[in-house]
Amino acid sequence: MEERNAIEVRELTKRYGGVTALDRVSFEVGCGEIFGLIGPDGAGKTSLFRILTTLLAPDGGSASVNGLDSVADYRQIRRQVGYMPGRFSLYADLSVEENLSFFAALFGTGIRENYDLVAPIYSQIEPFRKRRAGKLSGGMKQKLALCCALIHRPSVLFLDEPTTGVDALSRGEFWDMLDGLRRCGISILVSTPYMDEAGRCDRIALINEGRILGIDTPQGLVDGFDEGVYELSGDDMSGLLARVRAERGISGCYPFGAVHHVVAAEGFDAVAFVARIAAEGFSGVSMQCIGAGIEDVFIKKMGR
Amino acid sequence: MKILLVLLDKEIRQFWRNRFLPVMTIVFPILVMLIFPWITTMEVRNVGVVVVDGDRSSASRRLVSKIGASDNFSLLGTAPDFNSALAALEAGEADIIVEIPDGFGEIRAEEHRNVSISANGVNAVKGALGTQYMLQTVMRTQAELLGEKMPFSPADDIAVLNLYNPTLEYRFYMIPALMIILMIMLGGFLPALNLVIEKEKGTIEQINVSPVGRLPFTLAKLIPFWIIVLAVLSVAMLIARFVYGLTIAGSAGAIYSASVLFVLAMSGLGVTVANHSSTMQQTMFEMFFFVVIFVLMSGLITPVESMPEWAQWITRLLPPRYFVDIMRAVYLKGTTVAELWREYLALGGFALLFDTLAVVAYKKQA
Repeated sequence: MEERNAIEVRELTKRYGGVTALDRVSFEVGCGEIFGLIGPDGAGKTSLFRILTTLLAPDGGSASVNGLDSVADYRQIRRQVGYMPGRFSLYADLSVEENLSFFAALFGTGIRENYDLVAPIYSQIEPFRKRRAGKLSGGMKQKLALCCALIHRPSVLFLDEPTTGVDALSRGEFWDMLDGLRRCGISILVSTPYMDEAGRCDRIALINEGRILGIDTPQGLVDGFDEGVYELSGDDMSGLLARVRAERGISGCYPFGAVHHVVAAEGFDAVAFVARIAAEGFSGVSMQCIGAGIEDVFIKKMGR
Repeated sequence: MKILLVLLDKEIRQFWRNRFLPVMTIVFPILVMLIFPWITTMEVRNVGVVVVDGDRSSASRRLVSKIGASDNFSLLGTAPDFNSALAALEAGEADIIVEIPDGFGEIRAEEHRNVSISANGVNAVKGALGTQYMLQTVMRTQAELLGEKMPFSPADDIAVLNLYNPTLEYRFYMIPALMIILMIMLGGFLPALNLVIEKEKGTIEQINVSPVGRLPFTLAKLIPFWIIVLAVLSVAMLIARFVYGLTIAGSAGAIYSASVLFVLAMSGLGVTVANHSSTMQQTMFEMFFFVVIFVLMSGLITPVESMPEWAQWITRLLPPRYFVDIMRAVYLKGTTVAELWREYLALGGFALLFDTLAVVAYKKQA
């Protein structure tokens, strides 16, 4: 028997009045895969999640989870998926333990029956099980929310920006937890605005303004980048930006943290270029070839 | 069923954990019942009176002392002429000017000297009732004077007997109304706010993605408040009994059965409103809209019978109208459920309608 995809999205469209939030989006997520949706705020990620979790009806196209249609079979989908909304949405006035057992009870189960699944995560917050959820730190809230989304043993997990507003260390831990869940056979659709988290996914879709810009493994996307990327820095950063953009043969230059990224076709002579602009009066200029990152891919695809 | 218990358990825990709600549901009704019966009175007391005594006889002094002795009036003093009395009225110090004409004491049937009463009509109730009281006082004084001059009293007093509320105690009329206002506020607002808070905080999302049906979910939002409102009603009835001495002329069962139907209707309305709004502000505003209509149009304060015909038609669509009739009739007259079956039926209809709407209006999917 052919293995079924956990999630299949075909030509999915959603409009709010005149705004198109999702424009003929298609992708599929295999069983046991961590699939990342990478895109800025307002890209349509949350609309996509709400359709897949049966909270929102699409205007066109179809979405299915475990082979069940998001509109026709919504009841069955609700039993099989776990959803962690982008906003903390547990009961702040209930304790950690009460929240978890409440969400277990909603699905007709209990903490004990599913303890093995959540144990690696829950054990970290268990010392605080009597504490009200509202009084937890950001990282602990997020762990509790993940536990609550998992407590009924879903086969597909939807995580809408789970790491937004969480410190870098907790974010790393969180992704480690997702790796553990994948080993348990759970398929995960996760969205994030952080490009650096893309590398933790099996495959990613770049999404912007309701359109998918590309779908591949993180490495595949980077390998598909057919131009050279250079890191440029100097004393007069804003002057450099203007100067490089005026140069012929350079397809893009944009600020990237403390440096600029310069995208140029194969055969671009960086050494000669640095010498040339140093002669024009730019001091402290350094330029070296680096590999393209997901963000470079994103910016390039977005510009197209 | 098991799901409903899980949800109810959660609601009750949250209710007691709230810093504000348990206190409010206890303190608010007690305050209302202890304070408002003294305030919401239609009896007019301390109407400011200025007398212009043009007679200066023993007869006119008798009238002035009667005015001074009455609880209804507070005699501010006498003025030398009408214009200076009018100045006091314009300054807002006096509400009524009584002008006693020269020759007030010498009552002869053929030439009647009129006492003139001028009242400030800005506060219509005070003006009208004050004038009424003053008329009675003047007429009684005149009757006394006449009786002293002619040994045979010309007319007997008209006998007035107020049934069901013998002393015409306005408080007894208002106490059932205050209970109803409490039940509208608590029964309507609390479930509405509870639901919309789940929407605002986003916690409802997690419930929506679960297999929980809308019937148990809605019931869990309603049932705690049915219990709370009936408990509050019991406290209010105890206060009515032991603070104001108002006992139920009819049966407590008739009160409770009507109250159950009423709170079912109010909470259903509250949850329906919350289902249609996305923010607390929206819910509050919509609820206030209904509450204002309920309070002003259901006969709680002003009798439905004195409203224009079209307004009376509207009142038929308001659940509190029927509840007001039941509460006053059972409380003051001792009317039975059998006699009020139409009102009970109407309340039951509203309860069914609003609770069905509450369940149907809850949509897990947008």
